[in-house]
Amino acid sequence: MMRWRHALMIARKDMLVEWRSRIATNQVLPFALVTMVLFAFALDSESVLQRVAPGLVWLAVMLSMLVLVQRAASLETEDHALDALRISGVDPASVFWGKSMALAAQLVVLEVVLVAAAVIFYRAEVPVGGIVLLVTSMLTATAGIAFVGTLYGGLAAGISGRETLLPLLVLPVVAPVLIGATRALESALGTAGAVTSEGWPWMGLLAVFTVTYGVAGSLAYGPLTDD
Amino acid sequence: MTQTTEVTSPQSDPSATVVGTGTLATRIIGSAALIATAWLVAFGLGFSPADRDQDESVRIMYVHVPSIWVAYVAFVVTAVCSGAYLLSKRRALGFDRVAGASAEIGALFVAVTLVSGMLWGRLTWGVFWQWDARLTTTALLFVTYIGYLAVRRLGGDHHQRARRSAVIGLLAVLLIPLVHWSVVLWRSLHQEATVLRPDGQVSMGGLMLFSLFVGVVAFSLIYLWLVIHRSRVSALADLADDRLLADALVARRDEGRADADDPMNQGGKR
Repeated sequence: MMRWRHALMIARKDMLVEWRSRIATNQVLPFALVTMVLFAFALDSESVLQRVAPGLVWLAVMLSMLVLVQRAASLETEDHALDALRISGVDPASVFWGKSMALAAQLVVLEVVLVAAAVIFYRAEVPVGGIVLLVTSMLTATAGIAFVGTLYGGLAAGISGRETLLPLLVLPVVAPVLIGATRALESALGTAGAVTSEGWPWMGLLAVFTVTYGVAGSLAYGPLTDD
Repeated sequence: MTQTTEVTSPQSDPSATVVGTGTLATRIIGSAALIATAWLVAFGLGFSPADRDQDESVRIMYVHVPSIWVAYVAFVVTAVCSGAYLLSKRRALGFDRVAGASAEIGALFVAVTLVSGMLWGRLTWGVFWQWDARLTTTALLFVTYIGYLAVRRLGGDHHQRARRSAVIGLLAVLLIPLVHWSVVLWRSLHQEATVLRPDGQVSMGGLMLFSLFVGVVAFSLIYLWLVIHRSRVSALADLADDRLLADALVARRDEGRADADDPMNQGGKR
């Protein structure tokens, strides 16, 4: 119980830091929208855009996640914030869960905006029958990405040269989420004649991934940040 | 200045320098690897027959399949040694060095698998690359271990390196089941496993199977030889790092002493 309370406190602290700096809303969100617009410039065809909209949404989420994680890692490095957190006596697993929750919350907001952008810019349609799959797959995938981002962000905090290392480490790891979440979103939106029922097996992959990284992160966050 | 001679560090004694990483054991393993490779060439290129469907290109398989098996073994060794490092009370760096060496050689063997697979694909499918589950996941595996090797080079002291890379090594090995069963999970273009099948049946001609077996033996010996040498080299590199630091400390101390003895310096202070 104590662990949960600590995790919630840390999540609240991270959200408060983000809220006060407003980096997430003033910089990361516009960055995600710029990537969506750039995808449209590069592909330059309405039918193609409509076809690949689910993949582009998730690609934009992954890139924005990297930016968020790098920013969080540099915040933790400044003034040895992570060290202070470590000697405060809070269980590393609680720190991991708290930080993951805060990152997941930011990502959910981002995803809502990006799906809306896909509807507006790419003419994607959200059928009523796909909403359950849409919401479940998005939440599961977001949790998975947040776990991976937090775990590797903890590794990158306190390391010079993390800007180049973090993408190399994180992107291969989240590639299964990109595949699974994109297929699930395609089924939910009915892109290119996909049916909602086709999306549920991909939910299975996403769930396995999320549980694996949730457990692995709870165990590994301590030794990883314990420098 | 005369005092500098008495504080020479014991570590910089030249007689203690290790000259090579070879021992009797590695020489035996190395010779065995050479002989096995010669066998593989004889069986793979000579004795084994051409395939009914794939014709001569089937011979690429004698490199392609053993190299990915050895790579899997290498990554499992990395994971096991990483776990052993984290769990051992003494935090023995020996585990970390074997883990690192094994991952390096494993990445090399995955590269061999990818390149030989592309050549085979060009001959059999007509293209170098297909966006197929097995190929994609193997490429991911390769990139993941490149990342692992990058983490090892981050700097910091030896135990920092060991702890970081141990965690990454344990996480990265989770990809292997995904790669191996990706062919079953997604119905893909790549061959299903012929030897390591879920139902335990082997579907391959006798001489071909034997050639494949020779390939596995040869590649395993090469792997073993490389890993032993590589982990010894990193032990030496760690030692050299430590000595550089110790020598630098001694030199700095001497400098301080020389300054104190310098009559000019003392005159200046008065």
